[in-house]
Amino acid sequence: MSEFWILLTGALVASCCGILGVFLVLRKMAMIGDAISHSVMPGIVIAFLLSGSRDSLLMMFAALVFGLLTTFLIQMFQNSGIQSDASIGVVFTALFAIGVVLVSLYARQVHLDQDAILYGEIAYVHWNIWELGGMNMGPKAVWLLGFTLLVIVAVITIFYKQFKLCAFDPALAAAIGIPAAAFHYLLMGLVSMATVSSFESVGAILVVGLLIIPASTAYLLTDRLGVMIMLSVAAGVASTFIGYYAAALLDASIAGCMVCAAGVLFAAALLFSPTQGIVVKKLRLRRLAS
Amino acid sequence: MNVTTTAAAQHTNTVAPLAIRGLSVAYQKKPVLRNVSFEVKEGELIGVIGPNGAGKSTLMKAALGLIPSIGGEVLVYGKSYKQQRKLIGYVPQRESVDWDFPTNALDVVLMGRYGHLGWFRRPGAKEKAIAVECLSKVGMADYADRQISQLSGGQQQRVFLARALAQDAKLYFMDEPFAGVDAATEKAIITLLQELKLQGKTVIVVHHDLATVQDYFDSVLLLNVELQAYGPTAQTFTQEHLQRTYGGRLAFLDRNLQSPPPSGKGE
Repeated sequence: MSEFWILLTGALVASCCGILGVFLVLRKMAMIGDAISHSVMPGIVIAFLLSGSRDSLLMMFAALVFGLLTTFLIQMFQNSGIQSDASIGVVFTALFAIGVVLVSLYARQVHLDQDAILYGEIAYVHWNIWELGGMNMGPKAVWLLGFTLLVIVAVITIFYKQFKLCAFDPALAAAIGIPAAAFHYLLMGLVSMATVSSFESVGAILVVGLLIIPASTAYLLTDRLGVMIMLSVAAGVASTFIGYYAAALLDASIAGCMVCAAGVLFAAALLFSPTQGIVVKKLRLRRLAS
Repeated sequence: MNVTTTAAAQHTNTVAPLAIRGLSVAYQKKPVLRNVSFEVKEGELIGVIGPNGAGKSTLMKAALGLIPSIGGEVLVYGKSYKQQRKLIGYVPQRESVDWDFPTNALDVVLMGRYGHLGWFRRPGAKEKAIAVECLSKVGMADYADRQISQLSGGQQQRVFLARALAQDAKLYFMDEPFAGVDAATEKAIITLLQELKLQGKTVIVVHHDLATVQDYFDSVLLLNVELQAYGPTAQTFTQEHLQRTYGGRLAFLDRNLQSPPPSGKGE
């Protein structure tokens, strides 16, 4: 049964990240995803200290607050004239460091170790079961991720055209009255949610891989936004499966293998994409030359 | 098929399409626009000219509420632009978007309809028909399914114009539509501007090429942080005004404007 739950957890993480990753990549904000995934850490620790448990809604809320705070601070520093990559670097390392200090100060009280936050522990996902009236409802992570995926799918479906226009042409979006800033923060809120739901299983570092790599793979394979979202999810889910079995074979970190698999798929797309692949382009040139 | 719909038809009064009073904009304390006031007449093609950094694009963005102003008022048909968004069409600079975005020409034109669809409706068959019609008006109907990165610069500009047409507005703002386009596109744009004018629409165009100002525009607005001159092209596009706007930096002045420009050429 553990195999089923681990694969389902991975697939849910990959789906959440795959959908949001497309918008991050298209808006050239991949590194903001990275920043958020790290700077929610103090939020997670504070929520942990307050509630004493790892699966509270408080934790989700605290992560959301810190995710939006990160977005806001980065924006503020940029507006005051600091280079955008520098302001991202300043904000997320500072917030992440606060998280590290908090964990090291209170680690004994909270049973929250740094390895778990950074690398996740997807292999143990089936040990943390949600019991409802004595009934075994399955792993808590699956419920949390399922809920997050539901929210993401609902929000993106309802506001698809707004997200699309804000990604392609924010000036026109603002000119026709779409509150572009609100949608920016909504997207960042969703990214924070996805990050905090995923961090237990794959960790704060590897979640960035699942946000960015499958979306970049999909970007190479299609020129339609809807198709890109679906391919991104597909590439993410495929990485989970390949990664899981590779990890079993090698006896290595599952989350690590999943992101490696995502990297391999990306490399394959880079080489063999029918429109943009390096190999395909070379072949086409050779055919033109002969 | 005529795409003019009810939203645009309500306003047949004599209120100016655009009235700007005392508009000032500053980036980090440096003034970019200072106390600009003017009013445009309905059904005119207006060229906005001035040197680089004169605030031409800023004027447009501030009028559309895309950037904050530190003072002044913008009225579109007598009301704040926020209440009149459906009457306004906007063509941003071509470089302002990423043309590698995964979408095709038709889809970009459809985006022009989003303002009319409200919060939750999605573009349907009616919107698609309008978008196709707008594409054919700029001679791009054959490229509807083309990925936008595969279009030439001029074709991309025409897609942008088709999108503005799909907005079905009464007042258009175009930010350098002629920048870096081929001759065919330039001709297509000018035909389109004339057609919009015939339909009684008002078009404000940021323009760079001084040689064509007299041919293209009814009125001209010369800007260099402050408003330098504004009025009918025949009377306003003069050596004196250009000198004041551009300083001594313009060889064009001496060669082309020795004699006063012939009147009525802008029609």
